[in-house]
Amino acid sequence: MSNMISYRQAINEALIEEMERDPNVFIYGIDVGDHDCIFKTTVGLKEKFGPGRCFSTPLCEDTLVGFGLGAALNGLRPVNVHMRVDFLLLAMNQLMNMAANFRFGSGDKLKVPLVIRTIIGRGWGQSYQHSKSLQSFFAHVPGLKVVMPTTPSDAKGLLISAIRDDSPVIIMEHRWLYDAVGEVPTPQEPIPIGQSRILRGGADITVIGTSWMNVEALKAAEVLAKQRGVGVEVVDPRTISPLDDSLIVQSVKKTGHCIVADYDWINCGFSAEIAARIYEKCFNCLKSPIKRIGFAETHCPCSRPLENMFYPTAIDIIRAVEEKLGLPETNLSGENFYSYENKFRGPF
Amino acid sequence: MIAQSFSTLIRRAMAPDARRLLNFELYKKLYLIRRTEETIIEHYPENEMKTPMHLYLGGEAIAAGVCHALGQKNQVLCTYRSHGVYLANTIETNRFFGELYGKATGMAKGRGGSMHLSSPETGFLGASAIVASVIPVATGVAFANQYQKDEKIVAVFFGDGAVEEGNFWEALNMACLLKLPVLFVCEDNGFAVHTPVSQRHGYNSISQIVKQFNCSVLDTETTDVEIIHDLAQRAISSIRKENRPVFLCAKYYRYRRHVGIEEDFESGYRTQDEFEKWLAADPVRLQRVKLLKSGISEAEIVSTEKKINIQVENDIKLAQEAPFPNREDLYERKERQNV
Repeated sequence: MSNMISYRQAINEALIEEMERDPNVFIYGIDVGDHDCIFKTTVGLKEKFGPGRCFSTPLCEDTLVGFGLGAALNGLRPVNVHMRVDFLLLAMNQLMNMAANFRFGSGDKLKVPLVIRTIIGRGWGQSYQHSKSLQSFFAHVPGLKVVMPTTPSDAKGLLISAIRDDSPVIIMEHRWLYDAVGEVPTPQEPIPIGQSRILRGGADITVIGTSWMNVEALKAAEVLAKQRGVGVEVVDPRTISPLDDSLIVQSVKKTGHCIVADYDWINCGFSAEIAARIYEKCFNCLKSPIKRIGFAETHCPCSRPLENMFYPTAIDIIRAVEEKLGLPETNLSGENFYSYENKFRGPF
Repeated sequence: MIAQSFSTLIRRAMAPDARRLLNFELYKKLYLIRRTEETIIEHYPENEMKTPMHLYLGGEAIAAGVCHALGQKNQVLCTYRSHGVYLANTIETNRFFGELYGKATGMAKGRGGSMHLSSPETGFLGASAIVASVIPVATGVAFANQYQKDEKIVAVFFGDGAVEEGNFWEALNMACLLKLPVLFVCEDNGFAVHTPVSQRHGYNSISQIVKQFNCSVLDTETTDVEIIHDLAQRAISSIRKENRPVFLCAKYYRYRRHVGIEEDFESGYRTQDEFEKWLAADPVRLQRVKLLKSGISEAEIVSTEKKINIQVENDIKLAQEAPFPNREDLYERKERQNV
């Protein structure tokens, strides 16, 4: 049994099911309890579970994470939402100095079952303070788990696992993905944190994508298969930390070519970690150097044409594949690439 | 003044024997803290306790008074200067010294050291070395207590430097808004490391400002552990009865340097005279005199002190002899897979 549902609905279902299953689960954060319901992902929670288990809070990001830590220490399973990952920068002390360490520092006597949901991604001229990803910041610190689901099924299964996990988990949701529709089994079993997934099989080249970049990678793979007969294997790590690199290594050993398309800046980013692991574990199998694709090495601009230049797309992946495999440029004029222009009208 | 008269009321209300017993128990805690800190001073130069030491000397009445009122059913969170609170909460020194020596017998297997004591089983949830950072955590702990309706109160200890941090104001706001069962304990020694409050606060009285929030405020400059205990009891019953947090500001004098075991009056940022003034009202001596006046004999006090001396001597020896942790203790326990 399965249903075709949106990513947004998948998250909503995971929350409802977990809150029904475990009375210790509650959700809170800035604007969590209002009528917008965090891009409609928390619809119905307040009505179903009451304002004691779904509520808006004062604007104090750092304290909100510390609040979650304290509640978790005492046996609750808090889900704290931050509408932009940029806002989570205000909570770095509680995240990195406190939540990440409390279990270790207690000699393993305490558990910290805390979930941080944070939203990433572009929208309506978000500019430089509403557009970051920063997965490598969080993944850098021992004690924090970081997941970036791409499909509705992964969003649901990973959020369920995050809520049941006894360590802090940051789940990063790309706002464009909320509209993505996919097959979600009923019931959706929890998907273990720390397992990658092959989104599309292929024998010629490996693309490792994170979050929205997997949507672009799948589009690129489709075009290249159709027009060039090239088999692109798309691997989604799903969990940034702890990273399961086994499928990545297996895939690169098979194809010998690798592109890392991380939804973030390249410099000191997660793509560097992936590249380093591939060099460590399959250096002899590489037929070409690893190629990294990410945000332009600059600030995120507001102006739409500039914003379009800032973000990498399927076209960048196609061009990188051609370069690696020594193919001439594919004519893309007949292709229909993802565009947000007609789907989104603001105000944010 | 209010504190004094309230204490007098309680004193009258309690049977003299019960009062005497309470004072003796409070003295044991004061003495345990004092003796432990003095023992650390004695052994620290051996360079075997390789952890930054923030001694609690001078503040004993706050830790002993508040922790005795709380007992082990309630909860506490602390700063890096938390020997006093840990000892008053647990009354144990074996795992304590084990931690200071970085040994496997430490309560956190040597992972935390002096600045990160931990004893969740007795309600001491942890201590942080980032100023003010435990205050938000206390709001969450209190929220869980409120959510689970378990009547527990959490006391969070912090210094006067912490009230300059955003975390303090954010957490105070959360606690007052959500009517959380939190006892805020400001251990006010007038210095943030070496910087006096006059160079840090753009206002005269923290208590006057906190009073504008929906919480109760108690202030004291006493070094009398009995008064602090009674104030803490009053705070606890007020939190339960009035259903809102209490902010307790207790002034004290830090006897030694910010970190390390030495005195530092020669460095010029504070004076020996000031110290002498506070020393004249030393909390441990004050309480000892009180016990004698109440009819407890010198012999009985000495015998109790000896027992504590032996406990401390034995436990520091055990820690010195204990093994260091193994390689696997470098890592967090491998997690049970939840899914």
